[in-house]
This record gives sequence, C-alpha cells and structure tokens, in this order.
Amino acid sequence: MIDATGMPQTAVVIGGTSQIARDTLLLLADRRLSAVLLAGRDEAGLDATATELRARGVERVLTRVLDVTEIDRLDAFAESAAAELGSVDLLFMAVGDLGTSDLDTLDAKSVCRTVVTNFAGPAAALGAFVATLRAQGTGRVVVLSSVAGVRVRKANFVYGAAKAGIDGFALGLGDALEGTGVAVTVVRPGFVRTKMTSGLKAAPFAVESPVVAEAIVRGLETGAGVVWVPPMLRPVLALMRLLPRALWRRIPG
Amino acid sequence: MNAAPRRELLCGWGRSAASAATLVRPGSVSELQDLVAQERVSLPMVARGLGRSYGDAAQCGGGLVLDCTGLNRVLDLDIGGAKVRAEAGVSIDELLRLLVPRGLFPPVTPGTRFVTLGGAIASDIHGKNHHVDGTVSRHLDCLRIATPSGPVECSPEKRDDVFWATCGGMGLTGVVLEAVLRLSPIETSTMLVDTERADDLDACMTRLSEDQNAYRYSVAWVDGLAAGRHLGRSVLTRANHAALSDLPAKDRHDPLRLDLASPLRVPVAPPISFLTPRTVSAFNEMWYRHSPRSRAGELVPLASFFYPLDGLAGWNLLYGPRGFTQYQFVVPLGAEGTVRAVLERLSRARAASFLAVLKRFGAEGRGHLSFPKEGWTLALDLPLGPPGLGVLLDGLDELVTSAGGRVYLAKDGRLRPEMLASMYPRLASWLEIRETLDPEGVFSSDLARRVGLGSVRRPSTHKVGV
Repeated sequence: MIDATGMPQTAVVIGGTSQIARDTLLLLADRRLSAVLLAGRDEAGLDATATELRARGVERVLTRVLDVTEIDRLDAFAESAAAELGSVDLLFMAVGDLGTSDLDTLDAKSVCRTVVTNFAGPAAALGAFVATLRAQGTGRVVVLSSVAGVRVRKANFVYGAAKAGIDGFALGLGDALEGTGVAVTVVRPGFVRTKMTSGLKAAPFAVESPVVAEAIVRGLETGAGVVWVPPMLRPVLALMRLLPRALWRRIPG
Repeated sequence: MNAAPRRELLCGWGRSAASAATLVRPGSVSELQDLVAQERVSLPMVARGLGRSYGDAAQCGGGLVLDCTGLNRVLDLDIGGAKVRAEAGVSIDELLRLLVPRGLFPPVTPGTRFVTLGGAIASDIHGKNHHVDGTVSRHLDCLRIATPSGPVECSPEKRDDVFWATCGGMGLTGVVLEAVLRLSPIETSTMLVDTERADDLDACMTRLSEDQNAYRYSVAWVDGLAAGRHLGRSVLTRANHAALSDLPAKDRHDPLRLDLASPLRVPVAPPISFLTPRTVSAFNEMWYRHSPRSRAGELVPLASFFYPLDGLAGWNLLYGPRGFTQYQFVVPLGAEGTVRAVLERLSRARAASFLAVLKRFGAEGRGHLSFPKEGWTLALDLPLGPPGLGVLLDGLDELVTSAGGRVYLAKDGRLRPEMLASMYPRLASWLEIRETLDPEGVFSSDLARRVGLGSVRRPSTHKVGV
C-alpha cells in the first residue's frame, strides 16, 4: 500500500537499468519498499540493480527481460507483474534513449526507433497497466519525461518530440484517472549526467542522477503532479517557450 | 439493497492515501451477513462507519467497503439497569440524544460524537476518563459479529478470545452487528470544569499525576510549537459531571437538557492549507494567553467540554488537499523523557501541530490490539506534505518502541510494518484467533495490508460484480 506520506511498498520499474530509477529505488528502499519488479532489456544490468536493492533490505526483487518496443508482449507482462507482486503501488516508467537527431545519419528506421522507444512503447506499457491500477483502486505512476519535450529544439528534435508525446500522454492519463485512486507524476529533468548522456557536453542547470531521485521522492511525498529538476527549470522553460522561433533555433548545441 | 453499490474514492479523516472501492450500504443485519458470507461477491472487505479514523483503517482499495451507517437502530434501552443494546451503525451523537435526557451517558466517548458504536469497538476507543474507566470494551456486556461462517456471539465470559480480539481488532475479525453497552448515570448535562495553565511539560505532567482520581475526566492541551523553557506549556482541563446540587437553583428545573447546536460548516475544500507553522504558532500563542491561569468550578455544557471541534464540521478540510495525519503514541510511566524528546524533535522540525493532546492513561485493558496502556499518551495533528515528515515520524516510532510504547492504529497512516509486533506484543495471539474466524482472509483494509494485519485474499483485478 501507499502510506499517508506517499511512500510505496511495491514497485514495477520499466527501464529497470536506468540510473535515475536505480537511485530512486535506493531511496524508497530506505523507506517502505519491500517488493520490486525490474523490467528492462539488459539482463546483467537488471541483476546488478537487483543485487543492490536486496543489499538495501528490499525483501523481494524480481527481474524480467522486456523490450517496450515489443508492444504485443506488454499486456501479458502487466498481468503477470501485478499477479507476482500482489499489487502495484508504484509504476515507474524510466525508459529512454537519445537516438539520433543528426540530419546526416537519421533515416526512417532511426526516427521510428527513437519515437517508439521514448513514446509509443512507454505509452503502450502504461496503457497495459491501466486496468490493474484502476481495479486495485490505488497507485502512483511516475513517468520520466524531459525538459527536451517542453519545447523541442533542433539539437535533439527527434528525442524531444517523442518526450513531448509521452509527457502529454502522462498528463492526460493523470487527468483521466482522477477519482480512481491512481495519480500520475510527470518528472521533467534538465540535463542529467548519466550513462545515457555520457559523452555529451553538459547543458546549463545540469544535475546528477541522485538529485533527480531525491526530487522524485519529494514529489511522491508532496503529491506533485509535475516535478521539475532542478526546480529553476520551470521558470526558465516558461520564458523559453515565449522566445520567437527565429531566436529559439539559434540556440546552439 | 438499500442503495446501489457504487465505486467510490474513500479516505480517512486525515484525507490522505485515498483508495477506490465498491461501497455498499446494507440496510439490515441479514443483508450484511450475506455479504460477509461471500454469497454474492468474493472480494476483500472492511466495515466503515462515519469515517473518523484518521488513516486507512476503513478503506479497502479494489475491495468492498461496507457502509454500516444504515444499521442504526437502538434495539433495547434499559433505563433502570443503565444498559443499551444497539446496532453497530448507531452514532455516539444519536446515543447522546437518546440517553442524556434520561440521565444516562456513554461510559466512554472520544473527542467527536460522530463515531459509530461499531467503529468505537473496532478501535477500542478511550476518552478523557481512561484513567478511571478504561476503554469502551470494559463496558460491553456482549457483542454480535458477522463472520464468513455466520454470526458469532461473544462476551468477556463466552468466547472471550473472540471478544478481546474484536475489541481493538480494527474490523478484521468480523463486522460488529450489535452490542450491549453499560451506561453511566448522570444527574445533569453539565460539567464542572477546572482549568489551569502549566508553564512547561514537567509542571503539566505533575499536575496530571497529582489528584488524578479527583477528576473523572482529565486532559491537557499542549502547545506543540513551544520550545526551550516553554516546551510542553499547556492548558489542563479536568472535570466531573456536575451533580444537581452543583447547579444554581434557577437551572435545576431542567438539568438534563441537551444542547447539540448544529455546527458551522467549512463551506468548500480550500486549495491550500490554512494550518501552516506560522498560523498555528499564532493561534497557539493566543489560545495559551487567553486561557485562565487557574479557574475552578466552571459550569460547562457537556457538548462544549467533550466535543469542541464538532462545532466546526469539516475542520479537517482546513489542512488543504494533502491532508494531515495524527501521530498518537503511548509510553509507560517512567518514560516521560520520551514525551519530551518527541515534543523537542517536532518543535525543532517546525512540524506545525495544532494543539497536541496529552493524557495520563490508566491500566491496560485486555483487547489484543487495544492501544491504551498505563502511561502517557500524546496526540499531535501534523499537516502532510513537508518533505522529511515521514523520516521524522519513523524516528519517533523508534523512540516510542524503545521506551516500550506504541502508536494508535486508528490514527495511523504510515507505520512501518516491522514495528507492529514489538508495539503490540499480543499480535501473534490476535493473528491466531483471526485465522480461525476468517481463514480465507475476507476481512482486509488498506491499513491491514500496509502493516500486515493478517493474510489477505487478493482483490479481483476483474470487473466487480456485486
């Protein structure tokens, strides 16, 4: 169950090798987390996170190899995950991949892969859990979005557009679920230094992954619908959205 | 069926951690027994009264919640014998209206009259008279509960194991159908109240311990934000029922008149909390200064003595959309330092508490999961939302447990499951009795699942067909 301070006891994490997901789970393990199902593509990576969580006192940690782009498998996955955990207090969607937005290399396949990995797959997986969450009458969904989706810029427009998609989907899902006992939190970090961004030049307001994790836990405690990390990005992005395109497209990087 | 079952989002008085369940309002005891026997449904379920428990005791996400307020008949009133037999959905408010004009009073009453008899038994409630009269279970002749295998009668003499597991059992051994309650005779509906201020915690505890048997009712309201040498500054109110001879001659013609004015109502749920450290601190300061240093023998109508907060219906809305939790714990005599440490930590964290309540409990009762034990109990209302509150309260749990104390499940919304067995040493025997009464885990609640009160049937993930 989720307690009065917003802390879950069970969690399903899709994108279970994500560094932000791992850091968040470690914090939740210190609070109430007792059963976790980690799903992702990289079995070795899942096992490594599972080992860490067990060492942190999480009683049951399960791992499942899952690729969210295999849409046909998602309904069965959701059903078995709910059955194994008993209930899904927290559904954490942490799948993401920068892909390429380089005009010299992108093609139909690469664009499609980025959009499916960051938007269609995660949206479908969230959809697969809707029935379970509604039936149990309680639950919290955390979706990792990005400021890249708040206003799409040329440097990563394919990724940014896909994040804009999942961001809108998650907000709408949260509104649709009002009154069901299920709430959605959309997390919009800026540049986070993780393995996904390794090799990239850090953007302004860059943060480390544990900072995002702390912000997510605080969002669960306060019941926030949208979490900006760092919080300063909220007013910054509000201004950026007002910039005329002629200026916006000149922003380098 | 009295009303069609419907899916509803339910939460406790603290308005946190709401969950959706199918709400059914049985119109009769037999209808309720049918539901419990799972003749039409196979979902986990829990009974709910007026929703005054603060946390998640009377909700069951994905399951069935039995609204028992339809079972509100008083079945028998024996005025000479001072006993009432009533269905579980009867409220203390209804009982007062019936009993007080006849010179009788509930033996135990909480700080609100809007609780049901069933809820009072499931929480084994206490009142300001615990040091004299104990909990409500001490005043019950017998109970009838609905279990999956049919109704069960129990009392301290007959099936006493079931009786003591059910009193304080949070509705998880069966649904209380009716009870026979022994009543206290009163001569008037007026209280004879002594009020005095205490400058700090020591002074307050000393006053509460001295001449405690001179007062049937005693409580101290503590300023939870005061720190340093003012830590624990408080206002003690102690009272007895006024005898007829205590009233001025002009008021003696109608001494049992009961005045339960209809309350003012918080008109809308405000989008923000009005109860912040700043406003609460200002209120507490004003209230402390406003209270008399010492005043004896004041005549007060019983409603304003027992139920001051009932004067503002929906006051819980003032905590804003995130709601609040009440942290109520008890520690044994000798652990006064723990009470002080808790107040210090909360005051340091500026976790605004709107008037904490301190009381000295009398001897422990026999209910397996009954909360009160001899010692000090402190109850604090804390707004939810501030980051770090959960960690702060986990730390308080450790202080309380290591002092041999416990927290009150009827108020709880966040206890760590690992703490339960050390706080409630009779948990194992309670679990055994529950297993015999409900082997399939029909009775469950969000509280039960959160802290591990018994095995639970999995809620169906499919469409609910009641």
